Amino acid sequence: MTDTKSIMIVGVGGQGSLLASKLLGRLLVDEGYDVKVSEVHGMSQRGGSVETYVRFGKRVSSPIIEDGEADIIVSFERIEAARWFSRLKKGGTIVVNTQMIDPMPVIIGAAEYPADVLEEMQKTGAAVDAIDALALAEEAGSPKAANIVLMARVAKYFDIPYDKWIQAIEKTVAPKFVELNRKAFSLGYHYQK
Amino acid sequence: MKELLIGNAAVARGLYEAGCGFVSSYPGTPSTEITEFAAKYDEIVCEWAPNEKVALEAAFGASLGGMRAACCMKHVGLNVAADPLFTLSYTGVTGGVVVCVADDPGMHSSQNEQDSRNYARAAKLPMLEPADSMECLEFAKTAFALSEQFDTPVLLRTCTRIAHSQSIVETSARTECPVKPYEKHPEKYIMMPAYAKKRHPFVEERTERLSEYAETASFNREEFYDDKIGIITSGTAYQYVREAFGESVSVLKLGMVYPLPEKKIRAFAAKVQKLYVVEELDPFLENAVRALGIEVTGKALFSMLGEFSQKTVREVFGLENPEAGKLSREIPARPPMMCAGCPHRGMFYAMAKKKLTVLGDIGCYTLGAQAPLSALDSTLCMGASVSGLHGFNKARRAEAEGKSVAVIGDSTFIHSGVTGLINIAYNASNSTVVILDNSITGMTGHQQNPTTGYNIKGDPAAKIDLETLCRAVGINRVRVVDPYDLKACEDALTEELAAPEPSVIISRRPCVLLKYVRPKTPLHVSREDCRGCKKCMKFGCPAISFRDGKAQIDRTLCVGCEVCSQICPFGAFVKEGEA
Repeated sequence: MTDTKSIMIVGVGGQGSLLASKLLGRLLVDEGYDVKVSEVHGMSQRGGSVETYVRFGKRVSSPIIEDGEADIIVSFERIEAARWFSRLKKGGTIVVNTQMIDPMPVIIGAAEYPADVLEEMQKTGAAVDAIDALALAEEAGSPKAANIVLMARVAKYFDIPYDKWIQAIEKTVAPKFVELNRKAFSLGYHYQK
Repeated sequence: MKELLIGNAAVARGLYEAGCGFVSSYPGTPSTEITEFAAKYDEIVCEWAPNEKVALEAAFGASLGGMRAACCMKHVGLNVAADPLFTLSYTGVTGGVVVCVADDPGMHSSQNEQDSRNYARAAKLPMLEPADSMECLEFAKTAFALSEQFDTPVLLRTCTRIAHSQSIVETSARTECPVKPYEKHPEKYIMMPAYAKKRHPFVEERTERLSEYAETASFNREEFYDDKIGIITSGTAYQYVREAFGESVSVLKLGMVYPLPEKKIRAFAAKVQKLYVVEELDPFLENAVRALGIEVTGKALFSMLGEFSQKTVREVFGLENPEAGKLSREIPARPPMMCAGCPHRGMFYAMAKKKLTVLGDIGCYTLGAQAPLSALDSTLCMGASVSGLHGFNKARRAEAEGKSVAVIGDSTFIHSGVTGLINIAYNASNSTVVILDNSITGMTGHQQNPTTGYNIKGDPAAKIDLETLCRAVGINRVRVVDPYDLKACEDALTEELAAPEPSVIISRRPCVLLKYVRPKTPLHVSREDCRGCKKCMKFGCPAISFRDGKAQIDRTLCVGCEVCSQICPFGAFVKEGEA
């Protein structure tokens, strides 16, 4: 109906998805799009499942991404993409960090961690781009840069030049972390499976 | 300059640009960041007040003193501030007063789903409702102008989806508003019966004038495309309507939801074949439209529960929703939980072990209600743990007094727990109150409060000594424990519950997320010593999980609090370098 594109960023509270959405928002505003970014703060931050919506286009009305509307789901944790799978557009792409973080029902033994859920998503026809972002972030110098590694994978699906992403990083992160994040971005972007 | 701002930051920017000189608030999701962003402007005196009532009264005083003032809170905070609000409606203002209130449809971080628009009608105050960040900024400025033009406080209502969504705003420079000279106006500001009787007609007449103003105000906007369907809507619901329909339906978008522009509504209704109201929560607009004798459909089709989206609108109007994929299996839930090393956990573990009845309160520690600790029995509102425990113990006497406690955080205790404690001492129930003092307002994202020794700008401030305060209100038994010491927690509970008089236990340790709290070396599990008894699983620490018949520790989460090592009967949790 509209030209609006929707990117959903999901993960576990405390994983740094805020910076990822900030970076993406900044980049898209600089590219001249109308942009809406929506995230829920507060209670869900305490180790709970968190979701951020990023929508851009000529004119964006709703800040929410609903079922079947996400062009890309970026998941900071292995099973979180599966939790939000219904939001993915038919034929959409999932960029997923393979890191596993046990939710409370798994910790207390009331449920099993469905580690093989990536294959199941793939079987439905979704493009699943899985990457060990934590390992690449550690290679870049800090596990905290996993968010930038993932955004570098997301960058592969955009028609925005590499340099523009780097400029957005420079504008978004504190000066002392620019070098680390530049490296993390490069590792994520050029990673070959 | 074009910027991407969350609604709350945009409101703060609007307050700033309008020349606001004073902001006093109490934190509450989703309103908190308005005040945090306002505090970044040196021109604004910005404060965290002990509660919303104090905050609004301080804003009233600043207005009386001739300054533009604002006060921000979440929906339930307005209940606390309702007392000054209703009479502030009578006195009106000198410097403009804007009261920002953020509702939480869907209860992302709240205990109820109340609709603040009802306050506008009940207190007879104009209420503006922005639909994106640009409107947040503009409406904050408009609110000040209206406040002074009509001699009224103005309510600025947002909801979670507006408060926490970023959209593009265009900022401009601040217009300074010099402090007005002070003059005494007893008939306007002393609300004793003789004067209040004279102010009430003013309030009624003001509402009429505001309704007239609403007819021509540009923020009540008709977007006419087609005569088949007409939708009256406002705020975030407007965005969902536009997302679902594009430009194929006509909309009357209301920027002011009280009072309403009667003529404009009648004119719009007359132009369309079928009229709907799309609004979250209560049928507030719908009832008002129907009261005009206009046929309208709203809650017959839309829920009064939760948040809407474009999907809700499409479903109701029979538009096609995109196809959604589905996986065949359940993904385990991931509810929010207390952090690894959270100081509240040790105290809750001790309470759960002793099978106490625990009246809870509002804060991170509400998460103590969840499995496996399942430590709480009730959560009502700010302060209700303390006052509720008093009533509980009065009802059940000795049977309850020895095994029931209230738990309340430091900030919540100052907000409205201390009055309950005064009641316990004064009306003599043998109650035991546990103050979970983590040295910060935690759940809303680390705000300073009168017990932390710092103000909102991070400058040193007067610090309440909780022990002295509790003694001063008449509690003789006050003791402090470290919640990382399980035995000390259990002993304190045993002794204070057995004592023949009311008592306070202050469970004191700073929140582990505070920057100055340095994590210690993570523990690990000695696989030889772990017998797989799962006793540690009852502690509910997110850093401990159970794999292949043994406990294991996630080193990236563990902060080395060592409480688990006090629980394990086999000494399997060990420090680096041991076993």
